[in-house]
Amino acid sequence: MSGGSLIVYIIRRILLMIPTLVIVSALCFVVIQLQPGSFTDRYLEDPRMSPETVARLERQLGLDRPAWEQYSRWLWGIVRHGDFGFSFFANRPVSGLIGEQLMWTIIISALTMVTSWLLAVPLGIITAVKRNGFTDAVASILGYIGLAVPNFLVALLLVALVLALGGRQVGGLFSPEYIGQPWTWGKFLSFLNHMWIPILAIGTSGVAVIMRQMRANLLDVLHADYVRTARAKGLRERIVINRHAVRNAINPLISIAGLSLPELINGTIIVSIVLNLPAIGRLLYDSLLAQDQYVAMTLLLLTSLLLMVGNLLADVTLAWVDPRIRYG
Amino acid sequence: MADQVDVRVDASHSTDNETHTLAPVTRSPLQLAWRRFRGSSLGMTGAVILVLLYLMAILAPFLAPYNITTQHSRFVHHPPQPIRVLHEGGLMRPFVYPMTQERDPVTFQRIYVADTTSPEPLRWFVRGEPYNVLGLTSTWHLFGVEEGFVFPLGTDRFGRDLLSRMLVGSQVSLSVGFVGIIISFSIGIFVGGVSGYYGGLVDTLLQRLIEVMLSFPRLPILLALASIIPARWPSTWVYVAIVAVLSIIGWASIARVVRGQVLAAREVDYVQAARAMGLRNNRIILRHILPNLTSYLLVAASIALPGYILGESALSFLGLGIKEPMTSWGLLLKDAQSFEALRLYPWLLSPGVLIVVSVLAFNFVGDALRDAADVQTR
Repeated sequence: MSGGSLIVYIIRRILLMIPTLVIVSALCFVVIQLQPGSFTDRYLEDPRMSPETVARLERQLGLDRPAWEQYSRWLWGIVRHGDFGFSFFANRPVSGLIGEQLMWTIIISALTMVTSWLLAVPLGIITAVKRNGFTDAVASILGYIGLAVPNFLVALLLVALVLALGGRQVGGLFSPEYIGQPWTWGKFLSFLNHMWIPILAIGTSGVAVIMRQMRANLLDVLHADYVRTARAKGLRERIVINRHAVRNAINPLISIAGLSLPELINGTIIVSIVLNLPAIGRLLYDSLLAQDQYVAMTLLLLTSLLLMVGNLLADVTLAWVDPRIRYG
Repeated sequence: MADQVDVRVDASHSTDNETHTLAPVTRSPLQLAWRRFRGSSLGMTGAVILVLLYLMAILAPFLAPYNITTQHSRFVHHPPQPIRVLHEGGLMRPFVYPMTQERDPVTFQRIYVADTTSPEPLRWFVRGEPYNVLGLTSTWHLFGVEEGFVFPLGTDRFGRDLLSRMLVGSQVSLSVGFVGIIISFSIGIFVGGVSGYYGGLVDTLLQRLIEVMLSFPRLPILLALASIIPARWPSTWVYVAIVAVLSIIGWASIARVVRGQVLAAREVDYVQAARAMGLRNNRIILRHILPNLTSYLLVAASIALPGYILGESALSFLGLGIKEPMTSWGLLLKDAQSFEALRLYPWLLSPGVLIVVSVLAFNFVGDALRDAADVQTR
């Protein structure tokens, strides 16, 4: 396909995202409004706060206005100034609060994705080529188990294992001495030392899915005529597999990558809560419990956006890798 | 195997070169699917495990040595008691060594020391606390000890027996899936059916809604919905609410697929015939289109079910799900959330085994059903 129509396609997809995002944000707002009570309820029981003070606070935070007005002001603020509202709990703008957390969420998700692909694709190839062998059996059992273990349980098990072996490098991103320090080699090593648990925990199910899919795809392709042709003209088996078979079997995996994104985001959220990582999981959880409505809404909106952008990226990559794909 | 038998029967009909004529065996698609399912060893293993798990859930209070709310305050964070058969070099019936609490003289930590001089034999059918199973009240428990206590998997921070809590917790964890599937499939079939059958503006609007539902990442919206449930609700209401929350998330993907199938079925001859005969629309959907989707829906249900078990466990684990005094596997794992607990009381992780086993069994059955029914999913 020509470059021009791809760009048109991307622009059209982005434009289509906007109404979806507006509906998503409205639904999020409805859900948040359905929560019983409100943020200021906690102060009503506080003897240091008079009911008048609470009422004034409510007015200050805009909570006394009707729900639709709160919503439209919030939405207008995003459109107009990129202002995602104000965190009642942290007493600062939402955008300042979540910037770094969002960055870490994306970094952790991306690291997990890359690692799981680097693991799963070769495993899928090996199990397909050596079908019904020992590796295949072990990998398929591990694949089944990988799909059945919830990711927070993987995290707990790994932490328990490390603690039982006398390790202390669990939770957080770095060892305490590196917090707030500039990046050095030592800090990077400490980062990796802390990262392998969340990566494994979030990535387990993804590895299982990709591995099975890769195996199935490759098995389909291995019977194709052009693979037989490649063998018949005397190419070495390695080249037949790597150049001819794998090259064609890997394309469907790109759409799997798009489909596995929600799982990746879910995993990052729950694992970051368990392991005290500065990703959006803990913030989302706390803001929901504290009824810090703009933080919760912004996070819900951003995770959907992340999902949509990820899906778009997957589709675009697919179009770029596979020239046969056309968009009408 | 089953396929080969059937193929041979067919072949004898078409070629007529067999000396004896086999009676034409006709099997319904259901019988064929059942034969294929039986041929899958993983699927059968999964099915057997599931039957055992659900029996376990039903009989849980009888199998459990104690009630789930009984607090043994002298045995807080009691470690698992291994069940032994060797005492002072001699073989005897299965027993446990009673454990007593002591303080570590240096760290003042609470430690349990096994008293190896007085083994306490395990007995079948012991009288214990009263419970209720299937409307019957009884005090018989499957096993127990006559003196002292037995905690095969240890106790939690209130001294409640973990094994008993795991067994009874399975009632919640295993039922959430079934109830959730029934609700979300009802919504999904209704919305998908309407959307696919009527088409037009209704279809467009419903498709948009489904798209929005699918563009939510599951966990964040689950958390948000679960946070709506008022904290003062009793635990049975919370249970119903959690199932509802899980179903609200689950229906969209089913609706999308049902729509596609209904759209295709709408053009089939017998549906057109039914319409020409003047049948009412909902009758056509229910009597002529849906029966053809049964095998598909069954497979989709068995594949979707583990998602509900995992969803419930994640919610309860984060403290937004099932509420005390009810319990579930996820809620039990919540006790193991702190690094402190993981280091000192690793046995609190044991409910995870049941989550993994049940999801594994459902996945085995789901895969085997899919192969047996020979429908394309996912």
